Amino acid sequence: MADIQNYTLNFGPQHPAAHGVLRMVLELDGEVVQRADPHIGFLHRATEKLAEGKTWIQSVPYMDRLDYMSMMCSEHAYCLAIERMVGVEVPLRAKYIRVLFDEITRILNHLLWIGAQGLDVGAMTMMLYAMREREDLVDCYEAVTGTRWHAAYYRPGGVYRDLPDSMPKYKESKWKNGAHLKKLNEARSGTFLDFLEDFVKRFPKNLDDYETLLTDNRIWKQRLVNVGVVSPERALQLGFTGPMLRGCGIPWDLRKKQPYAVYDRLDFDIPVGVTGDCYDRYLVRVNEMRQSNRILQQCIDWLRANPGPVISNNHKVSPPLRADMKSNMEELIHHFKLCTEGIHVPEGQVYSAVEHPKGEFGIYAVSDGANKPYRLKIRSPGYVHLSAMDELVRGHMIADVVTMVGTIDIVFGEIDR
Amino acid sequence: MSAKLELLSQNLQKHLGDRTTKMWCALGEVSIDVEASGYLETMVLLRDEPELRFEQLIDLCGIDYSTYGCDGWQGKRFAVVSHLTSITHNWRLRVRCFASSDEFPSVPSVVSIWNSANWFEREAFDLFGIVFPGHPDLRRLLTDYGFIGHPFRKDFPVSGYVEMRYDPEQRRVVYQPVTIEPREITPRIVREENYGDVENG
Repeated sequence: MADIQNYTLNFGPQHPAAHGVLRMVLELDGEVVQRADPHIGFLHRATEKLAEGKTWIQSVPYMDRLDYMSMMCSEHAYCLAIERMVGVEVPLRAKYIRVLFDEITRILNHLLWIGAQGLDVGAMTMMLYAMREREDLVDCYEAVTGTRWHAAYYRPGGVYRDLPDSMPKYKESKWKNGAHLKKLNEARSGTFLDFLEDFVKRFPKNLDDYETLLTDNRIWKQRLVNVGVVSPERALQLGFTGPMLRGCGIPWDLRKKQPYAVYDRLDFDIPVGVTGDCYDRYLVRVNEMRQSNRILQQCIDWLRANPGPVISNNHKVSPPLRADMKSNMEELIHHFKLCTEGIHVPEGQVYSAVEHPKGEFGIYAVSDGANKPYRLKIRSPGYVHLSAMDELVRGHMIADVVTMVGTIDIVFGEIDR
Repeated sequence: MSAKLELLSQNLQKHLGDRTTKMWCALGEVSIDVEASGYLETMVLLRDEPELRFEQLIDLCGIDYSTYGCDGWQGKRFAVVSHLTSITHNWRLRVRCFASSDEFPSVPSVVSIWNSANWFEREAFDLFGIVFPGHPDLRRLLTDYGFIGHPFRKDFPVSGYVEMRYDPEQRRVVYQPVTIEPREITPRIVREENYGDVENG
C-alpha cells in the first residue's frame, strides 16, 4: 500500500473567502486539518509608527482605516485616550452622538458580517439583504460627515459637528421618478433623526426576516452547529473578547462592565451563547443588532429633547469657532497654535478600551509631554482571535476553515495595522 | 482614587510585596514595574491568586524608550508592557518589565501562562527585536518575508531602508535602496511646565 503522507495547502493571500489578505498554510491529512499557520502582515502599514511622527489629532483619520468595517468605534477609543490624558470634559450631547454612531457602526459591522458569513457557507441571498440595510446606515454616515466610510468625525473633546437638520434627497432622473421617487424621499423629508428613526422602526422586522432565512435553516445549521467549539476557560486563555467570548457564555461587555460615554444611562442587555460554537456566535451577533437598535431609539429620543454644544470649548484641545477666530485675537492664537503645533498631551500613559463590534479595541498611548505620541499601541480584537486560528480549526474538515474565518469576523485593516 | 483601585493596590501590595520595583496609580489605572528575573513568578501569581485573578492577558507590546523626553532617557532602553484584565473582579493592571540588556534585549515569555501572548510576543520580537526565551515559535509576523531590522525601534527611519518595484528587464520584483527623502512636517516639541500660562508664567 502506498505510504500516504500529510500534505500542505496554501490558502490565500488572494482568496475570496480569506476576507482580505490572509495567507494560511494548512497541513492536511486527507480532508482533515492538522495544523494551520496564518501568515499576516500583507496589509501592514505601521500605523503605530506613523502616528509617532504626527501630532495627536492627525492620527484620527488613521483610526478609520484600521477596521474599515467599524470605523467610528476605533476613533472613539483613540479620542477617549487623548481626553483622559489631557483631562478634557466632553459635552453630554457629544457623548450621546458618539454612542449613537457607535451603535450604527455595530449594526453596520454585524450586517456585513452576517452577509459575509452567509457567502462563506453558501447562503448568497443574505449578502444582498444586508447590503440593502447597510445603505441606509451608510447614508447616515454621509449626512453627518460627508463620507460614507472614513468619517474622521470624533475629535478629542467631542464630535466635529452637530447632526444635520435635513437629509439629502434623491433627484429626479430617468431611473428614479414619479411615485417611486416620492416613496424614496419620504423618509428623507425630515431631520437626520427622523430618517434614522424610520430605519430603527423598520429594522426589527428585517432582523426577523434574516432569522427566518437562517436560524432554522438546515444547511446553515449543518455548517455552523458544533463547529469551532471553544470552552469558556480556553476563550479566556486565548484572550477572546466581544461576541467570541460572549458566545462561550461569559457575559463580558465593556459597555456594561466598564461603561464609557453614556452607556451607563442606557437600557440594553448582553446576549450570551451556551456552547461556544459558530452557531451561538451567530445568535449572539444577531441579538446584539437588536440591542443596538434599542440603544439607537433611546439616543434618538434623548438627542431630540436636549440640544447643546457637541465639542468642548477648551481651545487647547478643540479649535475655536470660525467666526470667533476672525474677530478675537485670543481665539486666533489658539487656532494657530492648535493647527501648527497640535495638542500638548501631559506626560503619562493610558489604556482606553471600547467595546468594538468585534471585541475589545484598545489604545495604549504613551506620551512624554510632546505634541506627538511617544508610542501608540493598538490592541485590535481580530488579531487575537486570528492567533487562535490553529486551535480552532485543528481536527476540522477543510470546508470548516472558511466557516471559522467567517465566524471570527476578521478585517485585515485592524489585524495588520 | 476609587475604592476599587484602592482595593486592587492593597491586594497587589499584600501579594507581590517587594517583587515590584515600583507601583503607581494614574489616570484611574494601576501600573507596576517588575524585574526581568522575577517576571514569570509574578505573572503566575497575578493569574492564580484569588484576590488578584487576572485571567486574561489583553495586550502585550514592546516600547523603545531611547528618545523619551527632551533631555534623554537614562534607564534601560527596551521594555515589555502587558495589560491584564480580571473578569472576576472587573479590574485592570499594567505590568512593565525592562529588558536588562540594551544590545540583546530579552524578557521571559508568558505564552505558557496566557496563550494569547503568542502573537503579541512574535510582534514585539519582529518590530523591536526583543527576544522571548520560552516562546514556542518565535518568528517574524508582520514584516515582509526576509525583512532585515526591527522597524519600530526609534533609530529605524519611517521610510525604511529598501523599497521594491517591478523591474521589466529582469521581469521580477526587485529591492533597491529607498529614494524617499526623510522629512518632518510638524516638529516634535516638548514644552516647559507652565508654557502659555499667562497668570503664573
